[in-house]
Amino acid sequence: MIDLFLRSIFADNLILSFFLGVCTFLAVSKRLDTAFGLGIALIVVQTITVPLNHLILARLLAPGAWSWLGLGDVDLTFLSLIAFIGVIAATVQILELVLDRFVPALYRALGIYLPLITVNCAILGGSLFMAERDYSFSESVVFGFGGGIGWALAIMGLAAIRERLNYADIPAGLRGLGMAFIVTGLMSMGFTAFAGVQL
Amino acid sequence: MSALRHLYGPIIDNNPITLQILGICSALAVTTSLTTSAVMSLALITVLVMSSLVISTIRRHIPSAIRLIVQITIIASLVIVADQIIQAFAFDISQRLSIFVGLIVTNCLVLGRAEAFAMQNPPGPAVLDALGNGLGYSLILLIVGFIRELLGAGTLFGLTVFPSVYDGGWFTPLNLMLLAPSAFFILGLLIWAIRALRPAQIEPSDYKIAIDPNRRAP
Repeated sequence: MIDLFLRSIFADNLILSFFLGVCTFLAVSKRLDTAFGLGIALIVVQTITVPLNHLILARLLAPGAWSWLGLGDVDLTFLSLIAFIGVIAATVQILELVLDRFVPALYRALGIYLPLITVNCAILGGSLFMAERDYSFSESVVFGFGGGIGWALAIMGLAAIRERLNYADIPAGLRGLGMAFIVTGLMSMGFTAFAGVQL
Repeated sequence: MSALRHLYGPIIDNNPITLQILGICSALAVTTSLTTSAVMSLALITVLVMSSLVISTIRRHIPSAIRLIVQITIIASLVIVADQIIQAFAFDISQRLSIFVGLIVTNCLVLGRAEAFAMQNPPGPAVLDALGNGLGYSLILLIVGFIRELLGAGTLFGLTVFPSVYDGGWFTPLNLMLLAPSAFFILGLLIWAIRALRPAQIEPSDYKIAIDPNRRAP
């Protein structure tokens, strides 16, 4: 379990080895504080949606899930994509309402990042990986939490480096997006070094 | 002529990947070989064109409050169809593409074009715009896939181009090209190359670097 947790943070990092959520990663990593807000929001949403989608997949969509109704041969797995997206959109919406009502400070801090997360590939990708790799319920909790932390770690690292890069003399054509890609590549090489770590 | 600009514009001048930063997630992951890049490009172009066509046809009937849900549902249905077709006719490629066909749903490119263009324009220009963006995306995917497969394995579409040392040839495959970091490097350098040709795309610097006139070389 600890092995899975550490692997989902470092070696199987969602951005740096599976390229999930790179669009948001590059667009929102110009400043460290916004990157921090988005990272926290992603950890929260990922930890909730991956186990939730696991329950939906196992109880409603998997082959044989309806056998207690006498519908043993119904296989709804082709609907999983639409179900996952629906669950994610609904979770984000509910989370927004709940935070607004009970934890207004956190709601204001996360603000615009919550709706952005609905279309973040990292969230949907986390659920799809959970389905593809047949994780159990407890594994999916750990995977969701670890994947979220890994993503937040990477975006905060890149944001910190980019704030520093503002003062560097970069060739004109490489300024901004191009340099962000190359820095991400270097970070990704660093993270592949964790690939052999076994616990 | 202006209709054709929707088609040509996004291919290089307003490329979705290198300028608009849309749809990068899937662009990098599937480019370890040309075959997967080509299949992914075809799937994306099909989904993008069909979703733009459908959304722009019914754009007057979509209430603006729930338009995102309607768009995502349409896109997700099309992606499921594309995914099932790939699994039915090219099973081993669908295994290699793993979850990335499904991730077309959250590909910012598809939703971005639906929201920014198809909702405001009639079906004709919307389809041309979708096709142009799809081709711009495919161009980058195929270039990155070409470089990674050629240098990483010495093959193209699985056919040997450079005979590798393992088969008695002269070419030593660069394993780095098959790993994640190389995709970032290639795309970064590609952006540099495009911006060298199209200087209008260069981003302005946030800070000016002051050069001390009295400074001597260290």
